[in-house]
Amino acid sequence: MIELLVDNRDLFITGFRNTILLFLLAGVGALLLGTLLAGMRVSPVPALRLLGAGYVTIFRNTPLTLVFFFFAFAYPRLELVDVSFFTRAVLALIVYAAAFVCEVVRSGINTVDVGQSEASRALGFTFTQTLTTIVIPQAIRSVVPPMTSVLIALLKNTTIAAGFSVAEAGQITPALSERGAPLLIGMFWIAIGFLVLIVPLTTAQRTLEKRWSVTR
Amino acid sequence: MSSVLYDLPGPRARARNKAFGLLATLGIVALAGFISYRFWVTGQFEGAKWEWLLYKNLQLRLFAALGATLRAFVVGALLALVLGLLLAVARLSEHAWLRTPAFAIVEFFRAIPLVIMIFFLFFAAPQAGLQLGLFWSLVMGLTLYNGSVLAEVFRAGVLAVPRGQREAAYSLGMRKNQVMRAVLLPQAVRAMLPTIVSQLVVLLKDTALGFLITYQELLFEARYLGSLVEFERPIIPTALVIGAIYITLCVALSLLAGYLERRNRRRRRSGRALPTPDVRGVTANLSA
Repeated sequence: MIELLVDNRDLFITGFRNTILLFLLAGVGALLLGTLLAGMRVSPVPALRLLGAGYVTIFRNTPLTLVFFFFAFAYPRLELVDVSFFTRAVLALIVYAAAFVCEVVRSGINTVDVGQSEASRALGFTFTQTLTTIVIPQAIRSVVPPMTSVLIALLKNTTIAAGFSVAEAGQITPALSERGAPLLIGMFWIAIGFLVLIVPLTTAQRTLEKRWSVTR
Repeated sequence: MSSVLYDLPGPRARARNKAFGLLATLGIVALAGFISYRFWVTGQFEGAKWEWLLYKNLQLRLFAALGATLRAFVVGALLALVLGLLLAVARLSEHAWLRTPAFAIVEFFRAIPLVIMIFFLFFAAPQAGLQLGLFWSLVMGLTLYNGSVLAEVFRAGVLAVPRGQREAAYSLGMRKNQVMRAVLLPQAVRAMLPTIVSQLVVLLKDTALGFLITYQELLFEARYLGSLVEFERPIIPTALVIGAIYITLCVALSLLAGYLERRNRRRRRSGRALPTPDVRGVTANLSA
């Protein structure tokens, strides 16, 4: 069992290191872009709302593999800045996951009752005060659990980069197969690796959901 | 329009919004212009790069690829629905020897990335003497993952059926599996139909993973068409065409889900009510 892990530690170490790196970079990027898009979708400016809605429709209905495909094969043809496969994988993940982040943030904002902010405006709170002391504290409770699901999906989706010249955890199986190693055992270790990464996320999700479900 | 974030705009806010609107429009136009400019400069709009769309044999290849995608989708969806139902019923069973393995299966296949699963079926199954081939590696992967997700959906649906339904059925003398088959599941499926359909959208999108093991579906075809030298290697036009096909298919399915949801809600208001099951966290609806 353990020999396979020791013999092929190079594969496992680079694989999971790149997976985690992809996840962290794309996660931060997607949260930023997604929140920006959500801001556009709830703004009073129709043009921005339209752009946000169009973005979400396009990327929620495109397979991530196609987004990767575009960045890996089509992007170089546009002769823009030349970047590595790794950077392009991060970009593909950001562009795709941002659409889901946007929807989570937007529906979180929508769960806050209009009466809440009307009351705060009636009390003379400024826009910033309303947002930071009334809306966001309430919205975040309904945002965090589904946002964790989005992040878990993002973590699992990083494996698609394996098909586009990025050596991450998805690449381990084909590489092991090439070395003629027993794949059932390899699979066992890969599964353990993902469980180690995912279980803390789901635990955090469950704890927060339980702690916050009493309110409202 | 008053919302959580802003009040009805007054004259100053209206002017400001108009200014923002103008700026935003300019920004969007500039972005679209820049993209079009890059396309123009690199010759993506040239007729030669789009000519392949006019050739009958290439059109036929494209349709064959679409057929391959849809075949994987339909077979995968049917099997996933069946597996989902079985796992859901097993998870709801009173017998621990059924419940526990079903729980383990659902949790395992939901946690493992689908790509890993498909690679495993494709590369490892032959080591165990089981030649699954491209199609079945993909379809089995799709089935196991989506079946597990759907199991949770069905289960949440069954748990959301009002308790009185089950109690009434038992007091009429129905057996356990009659209660499940005739009373609980039909109501659960009905309430969960929108969620089920949006999970099928995920499944449709995930068929594109077949590209990674060279199953000859739409993306594989895009790669082939995009490498044809006689059309100046039109990878961008083909990617756009394939993207449009996927978006059309998925939007059509999403519209169906939206329609079902509205129909459910209408029925609920008119009194023949089913409670809204809480599915938050059950479906991520955002796999690849």
